[in-house]
Amino acid sequence: MNPVVRTILQRLGLGIGTLLVVSIIISLAIEMLPGDFARAVLGQSATPETVAAFQREVGLDRSPVVRYFEWMGGVLRGDFGESYASAGSLAGHRRLVADMIGPRLLNTLFLAGVAALVAVPLALFLGIMAALHRNSILDRGVNVVSLVSISSPEFFLAYILIMFLAVKLPIFVSLASISPSMSVLERLYVIALPAITLVLVIVAHMMRMTRAAIINLLASPYIEMGRLKGARPMQIILRHALPNAWAPIANVVALNLAYLVVGVVVVEVVFTYPGIGQLMVDAVSKRDLPVVQGCALVFAATYILLNLIADIVTIASNPRLLHPR
Amino acid sequence: MSESAHSPQSALVAAGQPQISRRGRAARIWRVLRKAPPTAWFGLVVIGVYLFAAVFAPLLAPYSETELVGGAFEPWGGQFLLGTDQLGRDMLSRLIYGARNTVGIAFLTTMLSFLLGGALGLVAAISGGWLDQVLGRSVDVLMSIPQLIFALVLLSIVGSSVVNLIVIIAVLDSTRVFRLSRSVAQGVVVMDYVEAARLRGEKLPWIMRREILPNIMPPLVAEFGLRFCFVFLTISALSFLGLGIQPPTADWGSMVRDNAALITYGDVTPLLPAGAIALLTVAVNFVVDWFLHKTSGLRE
Repeated sequence: MNPVVRTILQRLGLGIGTLLVVSIIISLAIEMLPGDFARAVLGQSATPETVAAFQREVGLDRSPVVRYFEWMGGVLRGDFGESYASAGSLAGHRRLVADMIGPRLLNTLFLAGVAALVAVPLALFLGIMAALHRNSILDRGVNVVSLVSISSPEFFLAYILIMFLAVKLPIFVSLASISPSMSVLERLYVIALPAITLVLVIVAHMMRMTRAAIINLLASPYIEMGRLKGARPMQIILRHALPNAWAPIANVVALNLAYLVVGVVVVEVVFTYPGIGQLMVDAVSKRDLPVVQGCALVFAATYILLNLIADIVTIASNPRLLHPR
Repeated sequence: MSESAHSPQSALVAAGQPQISRRGRAARIWRVLRKAPPTAWFGLVVIGVYLFAAVFAPLLAPYSETELVGGAFEPWGGQFLLGTDQLGRDMLSRLIYGARNTVGIAFLTTMLSFLLGGALGLVAAISGGWLDQVLGRSVDVLMSIPQLIFALVLLSIVGSSVVNLIVIIAVLDSTRVFRLSRSVAQGVVVMDYVEAARLRGEKLPWIMRREILPNIMPPLVAEFGLRFCFVFLTISALSFLGLGIQPPTADWGSMVRDNAALITYGDVTPLLPAGAIALLTVAVNFVVDWFLHKTSGLRE
């Protein structure tokens, strides 16, 4: 078999395996529950009968193995179970976790996607420019700005942006409330500030890593050779450096998109954007475990998938693997 | 808290040792410091100020961190230098106590994470075999999910308290320390003097502490600074989300969240604790950069 295909299949298997183990951990984490958990969900006034009924309904009386397969079977069919917020109440409306996650996941992907579309080209451009003009004023300036933005908590950047772009100069809105009836342009306007915050956070990371990757490459002998031959700087970058830089750059991009998955949690809370991150934070403070599990699985799957794609691009762009002897 | 003063200092000593051997400790430190770039000086001064505020918080703060001393959201100036918060507690006092609580908890967490990850990393590097495999694979799995997401899952199960927070973040963060200490220790384990110690019949703890640890200190010290920043930012983010350090403890992350409403009136007060977090992280990064530059060509 072609070595590229074989390595890619291996990575794919590894990714699926990791996801499986992660799903087991997320599902079995419930085993570590302290004994008074039902009371914490139902409130102090719950009678022993209600507690027992709740435990039966949630499935705490069955073995963990059975529960894992039930849960996983449901997840594979798109059913993440029922929110505890409804399981305790005797009559009435039941809220399916899948229904809660679905629309919010789309919102989050929209926000993260917009941020990524702006951030990736910008970061690559800045990173390459900084690497080419090492130690120039541009390089130092970009370096200091990126260090500050890496060091700041996301909410600091977010509130500074609100302060200047929504309060002092009312250009944008500080509440990113989005509704299904809005057009794409309206949505873009509303999510401008959260998107800018995310862009600032990941551009800094991405730019520094791209710069390091390119500088690393520029130090190699064949680049020196090209320079001695008298090739123009742009030609050296495009013809000689870039083909070998795709692998590290793909890694950098995927790593930062994966970072976006985490950054989005805090940013969504600041701007009260109805995304999956905010849902998860709410669920954690209410200790609504099925929702937490569902969100965690979605986040983990996205994260693993992005890393997998980076691995595959790295393998597929490796000349040594593409042209085996 | 007094140990925290050591980390930059022992870093300096380690950095300066090769050239100067017979001099007083203070003189040696001063020599290295004099040549430090302005960014490193800035970092050291900021860290010093934070440490001072943390240690002497009760003396510096005009009021206690939990006492209600005035009306809610009083403006700056007069009796309350930086105004009051949403319940009428003095903002300046809470900022000063925050240095003790937020930085202290982040520091404790990083220490725990290094004890755990460093020890396991050394054990894995020295013993190798199945133990190394088991530890390595478990760390791979733990690292395959974003730390914040994992922390959220665990916090929803055990509930938010300071002890839970410290343990959860330390365990999750120790994975990175494990990887680093294992990989640098592997280079040292194959050395002849380690083999000699083994043949001499020394026990595992002795080999770890006397043969390997001194040789891998510089990268670990630098990593300590970076991990501290990361832990500090994670804990602040969790506190900001309302899931970390719980009220009424004065903590920078939750102070931002509690007073965020002021931003919409153009008041910068909520930005102060957030800025305090950012300033310390920048300072630590500056010092770590300089330290890495001093000890070896680890970067560029």
